Amino acid sequence: MAKIRGAIVVDNVTCKGCSLCVASCPTDVIRLADEVNAKGYNYAYMHQPEACIGCANCAMVCPDSCITVYKVKLAETV
Amino acid sequence: MSIDIKDIIKPENLVYQKSSLLTDRVMHYCPGCTHGVVNRVIAEVIEELGIQEDTIGVAPVGCSVLMYNYIEVDWHEAAHGRAPAVGTGIKRLMPNKYVFTYQGDGDLAAIGTAETIHACNRGENMVMVFINNGIYGMTGGQMAPTTLQGMKASTCPFGRDIERDGNPLRMTEIVATLPGTCYVTRHAAHTAAAVRKLKKALLKAFDNQKNNKGTSFIEVVSTCNSGWKMTPVQSNKWMEAHMFPFYPLGDIKDV
Ligand SMILES: Cc1ncc(C[n+]2csc(CCOP(=O)(O)OP(=O)(O)O)c2C)c(N)n1
Ligand code: SF4
Ligand code: SF4
Repeated sequence: MAKIRGAIVVDNVTCKGCSLCVASCPTDVIRLADEVNAKGYNYAYMHQPEACIGCANCAMVCPDSCITVYKVKLAETV
Repeated sequence: MSIDIKDIIKPENLVYQKSSLLTDRVMHYCPGCTHGVVNRVIAEVIEELGIQEDTIGVAPVGCSVLMYNYIEVDWHEAAHGRAPAVGTGIKRLMPNKYVFTYQGDGDLAAIGTAETIHACNRGENMVMVFINNGIYGMTGGQMAPTTLQGMKASTCPFGRDIERDGNPLRMTEIVATLPGTCYVTRHAAHTAAAVRKLKKALLKAFDNQKNNKGTSFIEVVSTCNSGWKMTPVQSNKWMEAHMFPFYPLGDIKDV
């Protein structure tokens, strides 16, 4: 069976820390950082990268187009 | 089987990236604002249709007044409420261009009610996008015609009182009764599924314009978390609980 793995890249310079991506992720990948960016926002980052399925739900709801999404299908060795 | 993150993040595995029609400017909208999502989706739709060179947007007065800074198409800025009149002029002079207007509820449903109704009644062949966040966002969260019964706004701090303030206005249902509209639909942009549906509706609206079908009118039930004094996530929940029952999502007219 093929396994899906995804990854996101957040532009943490333009991220405004609104948390909409955090709420939209079905696999709880994203959190807001304790650190802030130059604008003073706690930016989003992949907290649990291995859970990402590359569905792009986070990117769909981001008002600031900060998220780029990647996805691969891995052939699983039984 | 495991794979390193850097082996996933490669150009050949890309599934989503920022539209090339969006400029590098950081949007001035508040964190979590629906305007940002809808601006982005409009850019994606114009990119997907390959009509960048032929599209003219009409920006409103309101929080989205600077929208022309964000999407790389030609733009015209309209006075408050007058976007449908300006759009009419542009489309009639240049019928081969794709014209869309973008307005908030203070703009489209208060000061611009006449322009909205008459453009839709004449069936001007353009796409009208209506961002309904229930208040005047830009000027400090005042009550709008769309403010719900009991909903608090800076000019009705104890909530809208129907006796005193009149009933909230469903502009989308009104324009659906007019013969000039071909497609009238209500959407939201708070979840990935809602955003994907909104995108389909916009694609259809631009296609209607290509086929000279008349006015396509798309309302997006939206949040203004700063004006509502909630977090973006709380605002989405409040919108689902309170806005959706009065402003139900779905197609109202499709001919
Ligand atoms: C002729 C005129 N009257 C009043 C104003 C002040 N004004 C600016 S924005 C606005 C309301 C905007 O609200 P809305 O259209 O709902 O957009 P939002 O900011 O919520 O996106 C008003 C009344 C103006 N700029 N021009
Ligand atoms: S939705 Fe966008 S702006 Fe908001 S926290 Fe996530 S990445 Fe940042
Ligand atoms: S792509 Fe899907 S699974 Fe991955 S972070 Fe975004 S919402 Fe979560």
